[in-house]
Amino acid sequence: MAIKPFSEMTGSDYAALGFRSGLEIHQQLLTAKKLFCRCPAGRYSDVFDAEILRHMRPTLSELGEYDGTALMEFKTRKEIIYRIHRDTVCTYEMDDTPPFELNGDALDIALGIGMLYGCSMVDEIHIARKQYLDGSIPTGFQRTTIVGVDGSIPYKDRRVSIVQLGLEEDACREVSDAGHRRIYLTDRLGMPLIETVTAPEMRTPEEVAEVAEILRRLVRSTGNVRTGGGAARQDVNVSITEGTRIEIKGVPRIPDIPLLTYNEAMRQHNLLRLRDELARRGVTRETFSCKHDPVTKNLRKTRFQPIRNAIAEGAVVQCVLLRGFHGLLRWQTQTDTFFSREISDRVRVVACLTTLPNIIHSDSPSETLSSPEWQSLRKTMGATDDDTLVAVWGTPQDAVTGAMEVEIRAREATTGIPSETRQALRDGTNGFERILPGPNRMYPDTDLPPLPITRQRLERLKATIPTPYWERERRYREMGVPRDLIVRLSTSPFAGLFDKATTEWHMRPTLAAVILIHLPLRIRTQIRQATEFTQATMQEILLAVRDGALAKEGILPVLLRVAGGAPFSRDSLPPPCSAEELRSVREECASRIAAIRLHHPDRATAVLMGEVMRRVRGRIDGGKVAQGIGLPAREARP
Amino acid sequence: MTDDYRGYRAEALDVLRQYAARVWSDVEVRTESGTFTGIVLPRSETADARHIVLKLRSGYNVGVAAASVRGIVVHGRKEAHYKIPEKDFPFDPRKPRVKLLGTGGTIASRLDYRTGAVIPAFSPGELYGSVPELADICNLETEKLYGVFSENMGPEQWIGTARAIGREIEKGVQGIVIGHGTDTMHHTAAILSFMVQNSPVPIVMVGSQRSSDRPSSDAALNLMHSVKTAAESDIAEIMVCMFGPTSDVYGLLHRGTRVRKMHSSYRSTFRTIGDIPLAMVSREKITPLRQDYRRRRKDRRVVINTAFEEKVAIVYYYPNMKPDIIDSLIDNHYRGIVIAGTGLGHVNKPLYPSLKRARENNIAVYMTVQTLWGYVQMYVYDTGRDMMELGVVPGANMLPEVAYVKLGWALGQTDDLQKVREIMMTPIAGEITEREPSNGYLIFQGGIPEVEEFISRYRR
Repeated sequence: MAIKPFSEMTGSDYAALGFRSGLEIHQQLLTAKKLFCRCPAGRYSDVFDAEILRHMRPTLSELGEYDGTALMEFKTRKEIIYRIHRDTVCTYEMDDTPPFELNGDALDIALGIGMLYGCSMVDEIHIARKQYLDGSIPTGFQRTTIVGVDGSIPYKDRRVSIVQLGLEEDACREVSDAGHRRIYLTDRLGMPLIETVTAPEMRTPEEVAEVAEILRRLVRSTGNVRTGGGAARQDVNVSITEGTRIEIKGVPRIPDIPLLTYNEAMRQHNLLRLRDELARRGVTRETFSCKHDPVTKNLRKTRFQPIRNAIAEGAVVQCVLLRGFHGLLRWQTQTDTFFSREISDRVRVVACLTTLPNIIHSDSPSETLSSPEWQSLRKTMGATDDDTLVAVWGTPQDAVTGAMEVEIRAREATTGIPSETRQALRDGTNGFERILPGPNRMYPDTDLPPLPITRQRLERLKATIPTPYWERERRYREMGVPRDLIVRLSTSPFAGLFDKATTEWHMRPTLAAVILIHLPLRIRTQIRQATEFTQATMQEILLAVRDGALAKEGILPVLLRVAGGAPFSRDSLPPPCSAEELRSVREECASRIAAIRLHHPDRATAVLMGEVMRRVRGRIDGGKVAQGIGLPAREARP
Repeated sequence: MTDDYRGYRAEALDVLRQYAARVWSDVEVRTESGTFTGIVLPRSETADARHIVLKLRSGYNVGVAAASVRGIVVHGRKEAHYKIPEKDFPFDPRKPRVKLLGTGGTIASRLDYRTGAVIPAFSPGELYGSVPELADICNLETEKLYGVFSENMGPEQWIGTARAIGREIEKGVQGIVIGHGTDTMHHTAAILSFMVQNSPVPIVMVGSQRSSDRPSSDAALNLMHSVKTAAESDIAEIMVCMFGPTSDVYGLLHRGTRVRKMHSSYRSTFRTIGDIPLAMVSREKITPLRQDYRRRRKDRRVVINTAFEEKVAIVYYYPNMKPDIIDSLIDNHYRGIVIAGTGLGHVNKPLYPSLKRARENNIAVYMTVQTLWGYVQMYVYDTGRDMMELGVVPGANMLPEVAYVKLGWALGQTDDLQKVREIMMTPIAGEITEREPSNGYLIFQGGIPEVEEFISRYRR
C-alpha cells in the first residue's frame, strides 16, 4: 500500500507506520577561542593562503574492531585538500600539534546547558576520538566528550528525554567533492559546539520540528551560543516499524524537518515493500544472484553521450546483472525518487563516480542505449526478461568498485533498509551520505588526561543558569511587555539585563524591551555589518536612560552610532536639557514663529513643538517638551 | 591488587570490590547525580583514585566519582581484545627481500589501558593487516629487536641493532628498514652510520609523528616509502625516511649523520642540516637529489664495528654556566665531552680552568655549535684560540648529537687522544662535509612577501 501525500498524513497514519524520530542538535558555543587550541572562533573567510593534502586510513576501535563506515570511506580513496588561512587555523587543526587544554569557557557553557536539561552530570570527563574518515577533520577523528546523560525537557503533556549532552569540536566546511578529490575550508574547524541527543520519542514530523524549536530556543536563552547561518545544525533520526534507524545529517532549517522526515518514513515504507516484492519473486538474501563483467567492447560505438565520451577518455564499462530485479529500479522510494537513486548515490560516494548520470539501467531503457545495444548487453550477460542490467563506467578500478557497490546495494534490498547516514536535500528528499557509524568508531583520546568536574564548579554554574524561557514568556506577558517582543526577549542574551532593568532599576518593561530587543533588531535591518551590542554597552545605555542623561528620542541615534562601531560613554552625550534651558528655547522659538505668517495658524503649537524638539532632541523627553507647550504627553516609542 | 580491578586503587577500588564489579563488567551504576549504564574499563595508573571509568553504550567513556556511588548492579561482562587483524604476509618470488627490524616507537602501536597511552605493537602479520600495500613492494620479514620508546634507546640497543644489520646483510636481504621512535632517531641513525660501514644495501630508519592508531597517521605512508627505498633504491647508506612536507605527498631520504628532528610534533620534522637530502621518495618513485652517495652492491662485505664508550656527555653551553658542570664530569670519570658552544664555538672564561683540568685528566673535549647550521671556527676570536690552547678540538660542522655518538664510538676503540682525534676528524659517513652549499641553510621566514607567494603558489 502506497503512503499518502505529505499534506494528507495524520497522526494516526504516522502511528500506523510506527514513525519514531529523535534529534541530534549541534549548536556552536559563543566563545572567543576554539575548543582545543587558541585560534579565534567564529571568524570565517573563503580566502586561504596555503593548502595541505592528506589521506585517511581506517584504524581499530578501542574494542578491537573496524568500523563499517571507516572501511567504506577507505574504499573511496579520496585525496583530501585543506585550505588554510593562517589567521583562523594553527598547527593544531592541521594535526601537526597535540591538543592544548580544553577551553574552560566552552566546558562551563556545556555544563550549564546540561544542568538546564536536568542531566545526570558526569563527574570526570574523558575526551574521546570519534572517527570521521570523510576528511572533514584532518586528524581523522573528532575530539568529543560527554558532560551529562539522562535529562529531559517538557513538551506538550509529556517530557522528551535528552539521552546525552556532548561537547565537541566542529568540522571543516566542504568546498567541493568531485572524483577522487574533496576540498575543505578549515576556518570553522575546532570551534566548540554541543551535541544534544534526544530519545526517539517524537511521533510525527511536526513533533520533531516543535521539539527542535524548543531546544533551539532553550539553549539560545543562555546567551552563550552562536546564532546565524550554520551555528545550529540538526541531525534527525527516523525509523518506522520493521525499519532501520536512519540519520539525516545537517538539516540547516527547522521548518525543513517535517517534509524530510515524512520522505524518510516513506522511503523506509517503500523499501520494505520492495523487500516483500523481491521475496514474492523468490529473491531473498540467500537466493540473491548477480554478477558483473566488462562490456566496454559492446558499447564502443554507442551514441549515448556520457558513455561514448567516457570511453573516448579511456574509461571502461562494467555491467551488473541483477537476477529477478526486472522493473524494480523504477520502484518509487521517495517523492519523485526511485530505487535507482539509492544505487546511483552509493556509486557516487563509494566509487567516486561523481559525474551524473553515473549508472544506467535496463528498467529505463529509453534515452540511454539503443535497443540493439541493450540486446547485446543482455546476450553478453545472459540476462532473461526477469532480470535487470545496470551499467557503470569509469577508470578500470572505479568501474569495478562501482559495479560491486551496485551489487551490495541490490543485495541489501532483499533485507530491507541498510543503516546509513543520509544528507538532507533541498527538495525535501534525502540522499545517501555514508554507512551509519557504530560505537566502534569511538576511541579514547590518549593526548589528554581525564578532567574531574568539581561540585564547586557545578554549584557556581548553577547560579548562572537562566530560568527556562517558557517561564520567562509567562512572566513577560504578565508584565505587559509588547507581544511581538516577548518571544525574542525570552531567549535573548539580554534577558538577564532586562530583569535587572525592570526590577533593580525600576524601568518600565516596555521601554527596556524596546531598547534591548526592538531597536537593535531595527538597526540590523538597516546596517548590514552592524557591530554587536555588548552587555556592557546595553547596560550603560539603560542606566543613562534611567538617570535621564539620555532621552528616549536620543536612544536610536546612540544605538546607530554604536552599531557603526563608535564606543558609547555617558560623557559623550550632550548634557541634558534643564527646565530653564527648555523655557528659554521655547520662548525664543515662540517669538520667531510669532514673527512668521503661518499657512495654517491653527497648527502653531505643533510647529512650535517641532521647532523646539529640533533644538533639544535627545537631551530631554519629548513628553516634557509637549507638557511645557501645553500638548498632551504621548506614550511613544522613541 | 589483582588484574580484576586493573588500575583501580583506594576508594574507587573499594567501591568496585563492594559490588564485585570487576573490570569489563557490564554494569548499571546509581550515583547521587543519576544512573550510568556501561562497561567498567581499566583505569590508567596515572589517573586519580577517586573515579570509576565506564564505557557507555554510545561508545563514550565517562568517569563516575566513587564517593557518589549508591549502588552497582552487574549484568554481565564484555572484555575487549585490541588486536590488529593478522594476515600472513604474501610471498612473491619476483620481489626483493626486505627485513624490517623493530625497536619500538609509534610506527606500529596500540592502546595501553594501564597508562592510557599508546604502546608499540609489531608483527609482520599485523603490519600487513594494517598496510597491505607493503606486499606490492617486497617480501617483508620482520624481527622485533626491542620494544622501547626512542628515549630509552642507548648503546646496548645501538650495538644490538648494528649486529642485527650485519647478520641480515650476510643472509642476503636486499634492504633493511628499522622502525624507530622519532625522538632519538637521529642519534641512532648517526651511530649506525659509524658502526655499520660499507653496507651493500640501503638501511632505512623510519617512524611516525602520529601514532598508527589515528586515521591521519603518517605511519603507513612512511612505511611504504621506507620499504620502497630499501627494496628498490641504489642508495646503500644509513638513511632516515620521513615526511618531506606535512602533506601526504612524498618523503625525504636524509643522510644518517646530517639529519635532525626539528619540530616537536610536525610530520615534516626531520631536516637535513647544512646540506640537502639524498633523495625524495613517493609511492611511485625515488628521485635522487644528489649523486655523491654510496651505491648498492651485490657483495655482502659489510663492516660492523660496535665499539662504544659510554662515559661521554654533551654539554649545552649557556651564559653564566659554572665550571662545576665540567668539574662534575671530570670527577665522575667521563672520558669525552662534546660542547655545544655559542656562535662559532664559544664558552665563557670561568670555564677555562675546568677545561684545562679536563685535558690534564686525558678527557677528549670537542666543540660543536648550538646554532646547528655552520662550522666551528675558533680562530676568529681570541676566546676560540684560548680554548684550543686548552685542548678543545673544533668539530667542524658535525651536529652536536653526531659528535657525541662519534666520540663514544672513537673512545670505544682507543684511549689515545691523538688517535681519537684522527677518527673524529676523518669524515666517515658525511658527518663532516668539506663545504656547505648555499641551499644547505634554508629556513624560510614566514610573513615575507616572496615566501608567502611561494607557499601560495606551491600549495601542499
